[in-house]
Amino acid sequence: MSHWIIDHLWLICAVPFAASLAILSLPNGRHKSAAALAIIGQIAALVMSFFAFLPTLQMQGLRAVQNFTWFTFGSYALRLGWLLDPLAAVMLIMITLVSLCIFVFSIGYMAEDRNFVRFFAYLSFFSGAMLGLVISNSLLLLFICWELVGLASYLLIGFWIDRPSAAAAAKKAFITTRIGDMGFFLGLLWLYSRSGTLLFYDGGNGCLESAGLALLGASATFIALLIFCGAVGKSGQFPLHVWLPDAMEGPTPVSALIHAATMVAAGVFLVARVYPIFSSGAINGVTSSLTVVVWIGVATALMAALIAIAQADIKRVLAYSTVSQLGLMMVSLGVGGVAAGMMHLLAHGFFKALLFLGAGSVIHGCHGEQDIRKMGGLRRLMPVTFSTYAIGTMALSGVPLFFSGGWTKEEVLHVTAHWPASRLPYYFLLAGVVLTALYMTRQVIYVFFGDRRAASQRAHESRRVMTMPLIVLASCAILFSVVLTPAWPWLHGYLTDEPARFEIVRLIQPSLFLSLILVGAGVALGIWLYRKAGVRDRQRPADIDPLEFAQPQLFRFLENKMWIDELYARTVIAFGWMSARLSDWMDRHLWDRLVRGFGRIGQLFGTFTASVDEHGINAGIDETTAGTRGLGRLVSAAHSGQIQTYLGVIAIGVLALLLFYAWLA
Amino acid sequence: MTPTLQLFLFVSVALFSAGLLAALSRRHAIFILIGIEMMLAAANLNFIAFWRFSPQSQAVTGVLIAIFSIAIAAAEAAVGLALVIAVYRHYRTTNVDRLDQLKG
Amino acid sequence: MSSAAVVIIAIPTLAAALAAATLRNLMHATLSFAVALVGVAALFFLLGAEFVGLVLVFVYIGAVAVLIVFTILLTRRDVGKNRGANWGGAFLAVAVFGGLTWAIFKTQSVAVVAPYVRAITVKRIGEALMTSYVWPLQCVGLLLTAALIGALVLVMEEKR
Repeated sequence: MSHWIIDHLWLICAVPFAASLAILSLPNGRHKSAAALAIIGQIAALVMSFFAFLPTLQMQGLRAVQNFTWFTFGSYALRLGWLLDPLAAVMLIMITLVSLCIFVFSIGYMAEDRNFVRFFAYLSFFSGAMLGLVISNSLLLLFICWELVGLASYLLIGFWIDRPSAAAAAKKAFITTRIGDMGFFLGLLWLYSRSGTLLFYDGGNGCLESAGLALLGASATFIALLIFCGAVGKSGQFPLHVWLPDAMEGPTPVSALIHAATMVAAGVFLVARVYPIFSSGAINGVTSSLTVVVWIGVATALMAALIAIAQADIKRVLAYSTVSQLGLMMVSLGVGGVAAGMMHLLAHGFFKALLFLGAGSVIHGCHGEQDIRKMGGLRRLMPVTFSTYAIGTMALSGVPLFFSGGWTKEEVLHVTAHWPASRLPYYFLLAGVVLTALYMTRQVIYVFFGDRRAASQRAHESRRVMTMPLIVLASCAILFSVVLTPAWPWLHGYLTDEPARFEIVRLIQPSLFLSLILVGAGVALGIWLYRKAGVRDRQRPADIDPLEFAQPQLFRFLENKMWIDELYARTVIAFGWMSARLSDWMDRHLWDRLVRGFGRIGQLFGTFTASVDEHGINAGIDETTAGTRGLGRLVSAAHSGQIQTYLGVIAIGVLALLLFYAWLA
Repeated sequence: MTPTLQLFLFVSVALFSAGLLAALSRRHAIFILIGIEMMLAAANLNFIAFWRFSPQSQAVTGVLIAIFSIAIAAAEAAVGLALVIAVYRHYRTTNVDRLDQLKG
Repeated sequence: MSSAAVVIIAIPTLAAALAAATLRNLMHATLSFAVALVGVAALFFLLGAEFVGLVLVFVYIGAVAVLIVFTILLTRRDVGKNRGANWGGAFLAVAVFGGLTWAIFKTQSVAVVAPYVRAITVKRIGEALMTSYVWPLQCVGLLLTAALIGALVLVMEEKR
């Protein structure tokens, strides 16, 4: 079975695609068949991913490659391929598992939507494209899938097409990521022109293997940075992060699947995948391209964490936290901790999907309200959602020992601390840890504690079909930590090809206490700040955030996302407007004149040919037409419409043949 | 005295001509169909006769062609008769002389 | 197989065929048609193609003739009005008959006697149908299905 899967790796992404096509062909009302098809496709993908995962366990550092020729022009053949290695295998498991949970959750969440069928078709489509992205062995194939997930993201953000804000958000996401993809594509072309192949691994000839890397030379830095542009766009890194919070206009399962767990992680995955290009020519593990990655990551992580503190929309808080966590992963990759970054990506996939689904459950329970200041006291009303949300929060905040996020964040901090170039990123990330704990505490207090406010008066716990995925994901978020601990760093060993040994002593580390203190500080600060959130406190009215009351200007600055959108509107977009106006003016007054001049010449020529046509050619044509018409009349007379006449003519033909025969004889 | 191929061919020709007579001279659409079926039967008789008299009569080609042609003739009869009924419904006649909508 | 047997079968066959072509009454003509086909089937038997003969009987007498009878019944009101014949057509048919007969008796190469062959079994026909002729068989099956559906569609009541 496993070997069969390795030979037919493409099936893993083909099955969800097929499911998507099948669902698209369903009529609009067939909710049950649509959900069943999507989930069957996803289960099939999960089972196949599992069987693909098994051989990577048996053989350390397995790298199964399946290359094929897409098409040939002349003597040149364009080749694509599929690849299975530990990196791809764990991603496959994570994506299919999280997707399955989210598909199930969507059955409940989207139950009343008119476009239920279309939703599942898009979800399956996304899943197929994402799985294809993970297992592609060619930068071109990866790029194709990359654009397909972008398309799916666009379609799903704008899923509620009748909302103008959703349409605008979809457009923003598409255009912003396109800026990054532009760089990615240039990098791809540059890479191709230098190395002559886009296959990652090709028996020693791939662009990630030593021979291919040697061909790149000094241009590797630029290629890496251009490819990183794509990752910046997709993973919502500064300065292209602006689309991701707006993408929360889509349905919550979409936010969970695409804009938290899988697609936005594709940027991190991309960097991890082409890491040899980034690290080529490294001195002491530092290259200029990796340094850029680190600082972009640090800036993103810190900035997003700060903005998250002042957001009121439950999903926007999570969106900024996603941006921040993605920045953390980028830092980890940049300082050389590929395994640590990927581990954090996997753990983040589980707990962030959990948090988003929890938020979805809260929104569903509060009848569509997303403002956390209007919730409160949901702890008793929605116990399952509360407990799973709490697990997700602790995993995200990085509470050590039992929660997967704690261990992976620990790992990231560890590699960052040992970056030879600078200690600064490490300190910034420590600040980020405190901030993360702070804003998550704020959110939990606002949503689940305190008095019931406007939106939570008639709140109710969600249906089983929605809480089950929460429980599954919460268990994943906890159980996953088993393979992450320093005592038995199995996943680290699996990703880096080193056997993991069990040593309980390594569990006790000074850094562990440090992060325990930091998280504790964040939580304590949060509790102290927001203990009276949502109620009247001294001169502060109930609906004003305590931080806003204390520091109104800072709060406004953060609440408005550091004015970055406005900055873009004044600069990039204004520039776009201006150049559009300029070209409009040029079009009207310069090009238009030219075109009109040419038009006049054409007109003169036309008048001339028209007269030739009228007097010379037309007469001849008329004659021919008349002749044809006469001939047609003659022939049509033979068509009497009498079937027996026709038969008789055939019989006469037979007689004629006989006469011919007689004449020959 | 054993019969020659000629004898069978003659029978076939006679049958064919009877079919042609029906198809050409009668005004009723069903007669035309009967005539066509008889001509097809004559053709089948030819196939079988040539098969039987050919030097390689171990080959089953002639027989199979006859079987296929019978099957096709059956399909043709079914569609033809359905057409007759449809035409009758529409024009209230089966006289082919009056069915000349396709006159050019 | 003797010439006498052939002639004995051929005479009623041809007589029935002629009757089918010329009888006034459509029903009688159809019955004569059926008799003529029984005669053809008998000739097939004589020629050693028993299976084809049986198929002919089943298909023509069992299905086609019955269908024709049904059609006649369904379009009955019209039957009386179709008197008269197309004499030009009749002349043509006779001319074709004459020409072809002349051609047959003129051609010496067809004046041959049948070689001895072992009887062809249904098993062999079946094997041939399922091996080298399987595609034609499928096509004929498809054709029959299409004809069946087409015939049904044609005779369905028109909705106005």
